[in-house]
Amino acid sequence: MKLDSMYQDVILDHYKHPHGRGLRDGDAEVHHVNPTCGDEITLRVRYEGERIADVSYEGQGCSISQASASVLNDLLVGKDLAEAQQIQGTFLELMQSKGQVEPDDAMEEVLEDAVAFAGVSKYPARVKCALLSWMAWKDATAQALGESARKETA
Amino acid sequence: MTQTRELHGLLDTEAIRKDFPILDRPVHDDRTLVYLDNAATSQTPRQVLDTMTGYYERHNANVHRGVHVLAEEATALYEGARDKIASFVNAPSRDEVIFTKNASESLNLVANMLGWADEPYRVDSDTEIVITEMEHHSNIVPWQLLSQRTGAKLKWFGLTDDGRLDLSNIEEVITEKTKIVSFVLVSNILGTHNPVEAIVRRAQQVGALVMIDASQAAPHMPLDVQALQADFVAFTGHKMLGPTGIGVLWGRQELLEDLPPFLGGGEMIETVSMHSSTYAPAPHKFEAGTPPIAEAVGLGAAVDYLSAIGMDKILAHEKALTAYAVERLLQVPDLRIIGPTTAEERGAAISFTLGDIHPHDVGQVLDEQGIAVRVGHHCARPVCLRYGIPATTRASFYLYSTPAEVDALVDGLEHVRNFFG
Repeated sequence: MKLDSMYQDVILDHYKHPHGRGLRDGDAEVHHVNPTCGDEITLRVRYEGERIADVSYEGQGCSISQASASVLNDLLVGKDLAEAQQIQGTFLELMQSKGQVEPDDAMEEVLEDAVAFAGVSKYPARVKCALLSWMAWKDATAQALGESARKETA
Repeated sequence: MTQTRELHGLLDTEAIRKDFPILDRPVHDDRTLVYLDNAATSQTPRQVLDTMTGYYERHNANVHRGVHVLAEEATALYEGARDKIASFVNAPSRDEVIFTKNASESLNLVANMLGWADEPYRVDSDTEIVITEMEHHSNIVPWQLLSQRTGAKLKWFGLTDDGRLDLSNIEEVITEKTKIVSFVLVSNILGTHNPVEAIVRRAQQVGALVMIDASQAAPHMPLDVQALQADFVAFTGHKMLGPTGIGVLWGRQELLEDLPPFLGGGEMIETVSMHSSTYAPAPHKFEAGTPPIAEAVGLGAAVDYLSAIGMDKILAHEKALTAYAVERLLQVPDLRIIGPTTAEERGAAISFTLGDIHPHDVGQVLDEQGIAVRVGHHCARPVCLRYGIPATTRASFYLYSTPAEVDALVDGLEHVRNFFG
């Protein structure tokens, strides 16, 4: 059934048992919403130099948006910024593929659990749900690093 | 498993559904479409489609401009649609019916008229605007904009726990400073049918104008603008079997004469010089530019269709169906109706939550079974905030909806619970 391709067990597991949920200390905090459906996320990032020390979040929304935040936490915490940006870019490419990209081994290596979202990309209305936390992370990172850049020059 | 039983007052939906080709199409390969998103938009009967095709095939021209035969026919059809709408809402005069793009435009039009008006209508920093917490965003944002631009204070009625307007403080909310009270007749999210008389009486006491958003009422029940005693009534065509792109503003004639135009352009003028212009009388004063002609003609056909069945019969059908739906939905474990939990004083849109399962997920799993519902905040986010929920799932019925479709919804929700259980 087509529905199972969207609601993979991996996604439902992350939804029911989210990783890294809850707000902790951060260098920057953002609040993003998906205005069409009311998904919301508050997300904080903490950097140690170029390394992502923590991504913490609190939110409400559908299984896709909440599971995606959990997967993001798994994938990005502990990574260097450059690698995190590559992962984010790959995830974005997958989500914008309209179901046309079949994740290969190389993509699976980069995205790990996040390849389970491949089925979501067939549902245009849900792509925004999957991308909500990733856009929030990108925004928070720009703010956090912009902030520290300002501190360094001050 | 279905629990069919005899419901009184139902229409002959088997016959009606033959007029709506879309209701026969399968979805997701082999599922029967169960269309329960009528509060968002209604489906279009063949009679309306044929009328619009016929307009383009035989009569298409710009209106009020040419002397050739097509221009005269197009004008007669467009103005004929105005007559039909006027009669449908029992307007004292056809000149009180203004065609707009949709109800949002109708509401924005009035907000802008009042912002630019002279006394005694002018909204300014010494005056107040009153709305309610259950408005669609289209009856909130235009007034917020007017308030920001003029300095007028925006006030609103709150809601009771069971989804009705809290009018207990009506004398503090509507005061001598109030210039306009704008509220929804039937809520698109809660389904609540609001009491008009109490609000209109208080508004008249203080000399405030009254605007009613009838978008969820005009399609479903007899609408009589004279009985409502409002000054303006807005509704939209696509929720009442008409096409998109056509809405209606009804306004009292003396107000339409006194109030200034908002959009300027062709058709709305009397004379134009390089220094100044004079305006055409209403309704043309408020219809600048080429109007949505085929859409107006299509709405006229929709009104004919509805009238032939009878709005009182449509209301009875939906009442019976809504009572059945409320009863059956309340039997679903963990289901909470957001809004009135009886069929009294409510329309045929029912919002609910299902345990902790997010409405997006509910809607997706229902869709897979061919059941179309709306999920989200329904352009009424303050209602979700009021009841502490992120969103709802909404099923909404119309004249072609059947008890079997209610059963399909209930069975579908059981499947949703199992899927996420």
